Amino acid sequence: MKVLLSWLREFAPLVGEPEELANQLTDLGMELESIQLIGGSLQGICVAQVLEIRPHPDADKICLVDVDLGDGEALQICCGATNMAVGDLVPLATIGTMMPSGMLIAQRKMRGQQSNGMLCSAREMEIGEDHEGILILDPNLSLGQPIVDALELREDVVFEFDALPNRPDTLSVMGVARDLAARQGVAFSIPAHQPATMGESAASLGSIQILAPDLCGSFLTRVISGVRLQQSPRWMAQRLIAAGMRPINNVVDVSNYVMLELGHPNHTYDLAKVPAGELRVRWANEGEQIVTLDGMTRSLTSQDGVIVDATDAAIGIAGVMGGASTEISETTTDVLLELAWWNPEVVAATSTRLNLHSEASLRFKRGVDTELATQAANRFAELLTQISGAELHPDEIKAEGNLPQPHKVSVRLNKVNGLLGTALTAEQVADLINPIGYLTQGPDSLSAECELLVQIPSWRPDSLIEVDVIEEVARQYGMERIPKTLPVSPHTGQLTERQTDRRCLRRALIGAGLIEAMPVPFLAPGDLERAGLPADGLLLANPLVAEESVLRTSLLPGLLKAVAYNASHRQNNVEFYELGRVFNLGERVIADPAESAEADRVLAGETEHLAVVLAGSEASIAVELLQVVLSSVHRLEFGSETQALQLETAQLPGLHPGRSASVLLGTTKVGEVGEVHPEVLRAYGIEQPAAWLQINLDLLFEFPSLVAQARLVSRFPTSDMDLAFVVAEEVTASSVLSTIRKSTPSEGESAWVATQVELFDVFRSDQLGVGLKSLAFRLRFQAQDRTLTEEEVTEVRIQVISEVEQKHGGYLRS
Amino acid sequence: MSVDPSQIAATGIAAFAQANTLDQVHEIELQFLGAQSALSGLKASFRDLDPEQRKVLGAQMNSARQQLEQAAQNRTEALQSQARAAQLDNERLDLTESLGRGKLGHSHVITQTWERLEDVFCSMGFTVADGPEVETDWFNFEALNLPPAHPARSLWDTLYLDSSQLEGLGQEQLLLRTHTSPVQIRSMLRAVREGSGPPIYVVCPGRVYRRDTADATHLPVFHQIEGLVIDRGITMGDLAGTIESFVKSYFGDEMTSRLRPSYFPFTEPSAEFDISAPDGSWLEVGGCGMVHPNVLRAGGLDPEEWSGFAFGFGIDRLAKIRYAVDDLREFVTNDVRFLSQF
Repeated sequence: MKVLLSWLREFAPLVGEPEELANQLTDLGMELESIQLIGGSLQGICVAQVLEIRPHPDADKICLVDVDLGDGEALQICCGATNMAVGDLVPLATIGTMMPSGMLIAQRKMRGQQSNGMLCSAREMEIGEDHEGILILDPNLSLGQPIVDALELREDVVFEFDALPNRPDTLSVMGVARDLAARQGVAFSIPAHQPATMGESAASLGSIQILAPDLCGSFLTRVISGVRLQQSPRWMAQRLIAAGMRPINNVVDVSNYVMLELGHPNHTYDLAKVPAGELRVRWANEGEQIVTLDGMTRSLTSQDGVIVDATDAAIGIAGVMGGASTEISETTTDVLLELAWWNPEVVAATSTRLNLHSEASLRFKRGVDTELATQAANRFAELLTQISGAELHPDEIKAEGNLPQPHKVSVRLNKVNGLLGTALTAEQVADLINPIGYLTQGPDSLSAECELLVQIPSWRPDSLIEVDVIEEVARQYGMERIPKTLPVSPHTGQLTERQTDRRCLRRALIGAGLIEAMPVPFLAPGDLERAGLPADGLLLANPLVAEESVLRTSLLPGLLKAVAYNASHRQNNVEFYELGRVFNLGERVIADPAESAEADRVLAGETEHLAVVLAGSEASIAVELLQVVLSSVHRLEFGSETQALQLETAQLPGLHPGRSASVLLGTTKVGEVGEVHPEVLRAYGIEQPAAWLQINLDLLFEFPSLVAQARLVSRFPTSDMDLAFVVAEEVTASSVLSTIRKSTPSEGESAWVATQVELFDVFRSDQLGVGLKSLAFRLRFQAQDRTLTEEEVTEVRIQVISEVEQKHGGYLRS
Repeated sequence: MSVDPSQIAATGIAAFAQANTLDQVHEIELQFLGAQSALSGLKASFRDLDPEQRKVLGAQMNSARQQLEQAAQNRTEALQSQARAAQLDNERLDLTESLGRGKLGHSHVITQTWERLEDVFCSMGFTVADGPEVETDWFNFEALNLPPAHPARSLWDTLYLDSSQLEGLGQEQLLLRTHTSPVQIRSMLRAVREGSGPPIYVVCPGRVYRRDTADATHLPVFHQIEGLVIDRGITMGDLAGTIESFVKSYFGDEMTSRLRPSYFPFTEPSAEFDISAPDGSWLEVGGCGMVHPNVLRAGGLDPEEWSGFAFGFGIDRLAKIRYAVDDLREFVTNDVRFLSQF
């Protein structure tokens, strides 16, 4: 929203420098976007006439223009625009002019041709938005006249701010002035508009009927006759330009001017084109068609509102756009003016569905002042009769539907101070909000609670309940003035175990040299298939682009894209990890609020995963990293039976069939480890192998948190033994390891235990034989209370060898 | 044969001094001290001597033997010492050859910012709550005082899940949460259910989604942190003070904050909070306000008994400011050259 200082001052004698006013606007909730000083810095720009236009001999995009400033001398100007014609009047910035942008106009040569100044666009002079071409001036202006005089440019300040969506009143000069006046403590008044009337009563010229009271709260018309379509006076055109609108003709300009000034949109019909001046308001019929002002044929639904004529033909879409059939034109003499209050929800829905957004629909959908129609009609009539010599017929024609009624809200003083942290008296509260139209009664001294009865102004549809009024108190008091206090939490601020474990995982991965990636969770159709995964990703109903229409079911595609991106930028061997959610339908959707609040999930299949991709590495590296990563989480005790880490060879989607395994903790499958399938890598354009690791954190964090209990470290010597078994290739190291563990004494059974059982070498050779491998294990035994005897250890050795030979068909390598 | 033991000793000592290897020392030891040595040979002459002479010769022989043994030991030690020195010299390494090979990985700069925020709020007595990214319309909008058809819903460009895959659910019922505010409701409901509050002091960091085209200042997927405090007698002054305390802790003691009126359907009064930039201008950081009575009710709390405030802001935006990142898209490109800087 753009407002001019001079315009604001028609409502209140506002004081202060532009910057102060700008700060006050921001402070009141109208966040300033820009301040622009206009009309003051155009010295040196004068009206000139185009004498001749010819091409530049050495440049295609520049033409040479001869202009005359009234002294008969032809000045040659190099110009990039071509919209002017010989005889046109144009603004010329003469040599020495300082443009509003700060550019100094000097004599210069462009490709060898002299340029004696610059022809200006509206934007270059900062008097409008237009930069399509040079501003063509009114042909009646005199040559050589300063542009400031010619256009009656007055020095002014334009404030542009972001209007809040709940504050339709700030979409008007009047509303902004009201707030500023209250803040400054100066009087706010609305100039009286009582246009003279002549001729017969409007009641005999037209009628209005509301057939859809929920659509239309009120509908008021007036008739103005003897209108001649012409240009608006310059002062009005300048204000419209400064406010960001393009002047068209006096009727359209007055219409826009009144909307900007008072915030009430209006619409004009050519009365001659409305049979008998009869208007009706009803819901549109499904599929009903109308040609709108922009020449487009629009198809309507029964949720849209229309204005129809006596023949029931639609001549306007309620609150959104008028129809072409009754448009004001050169032949118009009598204007039927409409000021209606439309249901905001209807206008919002219609304008969204038709993608038709205008200044009028914006105001209607945010809610127009319910009591402003008569005033806005008078202002319109006053301006149009003033500038066009037209006449206003007496009397309004008016009909009412369901218009929101004025209401009062009871406001408790202790609630005001209790919510704001202030110590205001009832009087102070009243003084803060009375100037913005919140009229207060009370407090009634008899009541126990000090209560104010507040009349909500008709222009504030956002004020419904007590806290809404308290907000106005805060706004007018100044939020910055509220003393800052710090509440004390009775809780110990700390992370949950899950949150701490997440950090531990990250620390471990960083320690291992990995970099955290954050791909977007959206995939393109086909991304999952290319990664060898089932194509069962949930789809978005309204994706912005197809490339982002599928929700990921795995972190694999995103990380592969990240690896491929880096490879394409000559960054090989990248090692990424990611912690993120994946989305599967899961067992079901828990849409019931109470149930979903308890489940902490809506989609049962929304799961948090950790994934690692190590470009250039083989599966074994990922397995080693798996152990490091899991060790970082406090809740896991790998020694215990129920949580022992195991790998179970498996063929997993997207992974190398011979180099992948499920990761088990006890009997729970928590993830997968291995290498990405070479075909998948090829599909993603990755030319090196990539190790892969993925853990379902939701499952991992299900494991109970355990505090490690200290074990006494024995003082007695250890007995070590190395055992190498020759087994078939199919026999996994982990299964042999598990057999060895089971056949050695463990805690509880015996006073001595195998403190260590580990694989330390794998060996293959021709002598050993094809399809065989040697697995060498190191075992270390120790007792808490004595040195172990040779016999004890030998007994275990025999036991281990016999178990391995029996279970795995292996033999001890001598 | 008449040999003087001291002469033998002198010859032997000279020989030891010439030895260059331990093997040579060993050979010389055999030569001068072994069974076949001249010194040992002298023993044979004992029987021809009278006791007095024997005594003299014996003493001379002992002395010579001792001198030779000493010389052998000295030479051995000297050679061993030389060998150790030579070995150390051989083991010399250029330590600079491995410069730059060690590496620590990197958390994403968003994660670093996220964790820093968690730490600041934990130190202020807040706990941290998570919530789902796929939400229902009720949690994302309705419970936050945005009933269906509320005009302000258009402030959030929402991504909905295709309902054809969701049995029994209508269109636009499931969505990707557009803000972390649903976790406010979840936190209130949980506190009531578990009897753990109010008082509630919680922050909810998380990933949020908008139907938006990525550009330098917008991402369709980004991160927010939401704060919620509910207690008896919580005021807007408490909100301003909490924001101020956070700003000083996160941005530095010299920074200050201000509230200015704004609009959010879930708070009333609503405000934006700004921080002072070094040049005296104000930088918009986030939104905040007093929790709307309808939101308290949706969370199962009586607005006559409890009041509270909420605030929220973008984690990505904070990271952008702190680390001078020009273009938010850098955060999701996953270029290691970008990520390794932090």
